[in-house]
Amino acid sequence: MKVLVAVKRVIDYNVKIRVKPDHSDVDLTNVKMAMNPFCEIAVEEAVRLKEKGVASEVVAVTVGPKAAQEQLRTALALGADRAIHVESDERVESLGAAKALAKLVEEEQPGLVILGKQAIDTDNNQTGQMLAALTGLPQGTFASEVVISGDGADGKLQVTREIDGGLQTVELSLPAIVTTDLRLNEPRYAKLPDIMKAKKKPLDVKSPADLGVEVATRTKLLRVEPPAERQGGIKVGSVDELVDKLKNEAKVIS
Amino acid sequence: MSILVLAEHHDGALAGATAHVVAAAKAIGGDIDVLVAGEGVAAIAEAAAKLDGVNRVRVADNAAYAHQLAEPMSALINELAGDYSHVLAAASTTGKNVLPRVAALRDVAQISEIIAVESPDTFKRPIYAGNAIATVQSDDALKVITVRTTGFDACPDRGSEGGSAGVEAVDFVADNSQSTFIKEELAQSDRPELGAAKVVISGGRGMGNGDNFKLLEGIADKLGAAVGASRAAVDAGFVPNDMQVGQTGKIVAPELYIAVGISGAIQHLAGMKDSKVIVAINKDEEAPIFQVADYGLVADLFEALPELEQKL
Ligand SMILES: Cc1cc2nc3c(=O)[nH]c(=O)nc-3n(C[C@H](O)[C@H](O)[C@H](O)COP(=O)(O)OP(=O)(O)OC[C@H]3O[C@@H](n4cnc5c(N)ncnc54)[C@H](O)[C@@H]3O)c2cc1C
Ligand SMILES: Nc1ncnc2c1ncn2[C@@H]1O[C@H](COP(=O)(O)O)[C@@H](O)[C@H]1O
Repeated sequence: MKVLVAVKRVIDYNVKIRVKPDHSDVDLTNVKMAMNPFCEIAVEEAVRLKEKGVASEVVAVTVGPKAAQEQLRTALALGADRAIHVESDERVESLGAAKALAKLVEEEQPGLVILGKQAIDTDNNQTGQMLAALTGLPQGTFASEVVISGDGADGKLQVTREIDGGLQTVELSLPAIVTTDLRLNEPRYAKLPDIMKAKKKPLDVKSPADLGVEVATRTKLLRVEPPAERQGGIKVGSVDELVDKLKNEAKVIS
Repeated sequence: MSILVLAEHHDGALAGATAHVVAAAKAIGGDIDVLVAGEGVAAIAEAAAKLDGVNRVRVADNAAYAHQLAEPMSALINELAGDYSHVLAAASTTGKNVLPRVAALRDVAQISEIIAVESPDTFKRPIYAGNAIATVQSDDALKVITVRTTGFDACPDRGSEGGSAGVEAVDFVADNSQSTFIKEELAQSDRPELGAAKVVISGGRGMGNGDNFKLLEGIADKLGAAVGASRAAVDAGFVPNDMQVGQTGKIVAPELYIAVGISGAIQHLAGMKDSKVIVAINKDEEAPIFQVADYGLVADLFEALPELEQKL
């Protein structure tokens, strides 16, 4: 079974972002970029499926600017077999990415597609669900465990999902779309020899026009502002002082 | 304008989140319908009909919607969406699972987790873990939106004199051969729900193990608080996933948030920094959590917590 993994280039999760002075967007010049953490988990899961002999091939895909090839190379170093870059310099959000991915699903016919649950830049949490709708496939979102049984038309997938109240398990027919939650696995680090080998793995570049899709975002970003700053507080010297402040100053307990 | 709100419900009861979403719908303006989908949901529909501002409740009562799986739910909403300018749901795991699928079926974008309504087509939403607030405008004919419930005060009930909105059945039954519900393991607790509690006390990696969360529970009992956790505490297996507060967990904004043994990573702050009063208890005086805390106590939690419980 072929597994397609979608990876997105985003700001490194440790970076504290700044808003541009003209409020047009967040300032990304000279900011460290990385693979979205949930996509790392997606790649790891796909690679583990290959190591277990469930997956025959792992194909990493991204939609974005030329620089996003870095993240595809990372995926290749982590164990993906080949990569597809849908190159676009325009602002791409979830629906556009999902449309490009849907075309690739049509071309590649994977048995499983794994995405992150959420990109930590837009915090959208949409693409996997949209891809499922566009391809007419079932979805297992926010996965903390994935178990595959059988293959081809009899193939089934049990997905344990992290939901507000706890955990939910659903069974899906294959092919299916899965989005990863934090506890699905712990991603490995790429080793130097694998990073070297990754440079020789195949990476195809396509344009959205090649796929016959429009990926540009239709929603207008009118303004970006920093959030309201919290006033710095004080340190209290003891539990007694804390209780006193909460009762008499903040008046949040009685 | 006419707005369809997807009702959130659990265990046979309308969830509090729904009243917050109706409040967001009122801020947009127009006729508001509420969709209640599930199996055996008559009582939930009655409760939804009592919400102030609701025009009509549409009820899809069928086994097909029993566990609100995304495939049949999105087919149902897609069927109804033609009547509306906006479709809204809470940014809960149900709303997040179902609504993007509806948006893609209608070939429109989704606007996730709005915290304010500027006009019927313009909304504010946090991005980058809440470190920036974006104002976005959608030209799509149908706006598909999830609502961060902490951004909108719950709309009230109509009161005893106010009567009820009309309740109408929806006959559409989605067929679904692709997904099946297997089981659910839900946390049982007598404490208030994280999203709705006036006081939240959360523990992090500093708690050391799951047993030590009892130290928080004693205080939670005295304050009527919900108990939350950082990702590190959940990953370490101290407590279940439904307790995680943060960018990728639950978003809370209580009157009082007490962070214990939590360092204050941006991903955690994203889930609690809109709380009215923040208290941090941490033995490291350099911990970033102190930068957002109104009251910081530099102390070993194993000494501070028993004392705090006793003095409350
Ligand atoms: C994609 C992504 C999403 C994430 N989403 C979330 C999220 O939703 N929520 C979330 O919380 N995190 C999230 N994180 C993780 C986040 O980056 C931090 O790793 C996490 O919040 C750290 O948890 P912590 O503060 O409990 O642990 P630590 O950072 O290890 O801090 C433990 C603290 O406990 C203190 N301590 C230790 N012992 C004691 C003692 N005896 N008494 C008092 N204090 C003590 C220490 O001084 C320290 O400050 C996410 C990360 C990523 C990459
Ligand atoms: N431009 C993109 N290219 C490839 N994958 C993407 C892109 N945007 C989103 N995704 C995938 O969808 C997941 C969720 O993103 P989102 O729904 O946009 O928050 C990410 O973790 C990726 O796996």
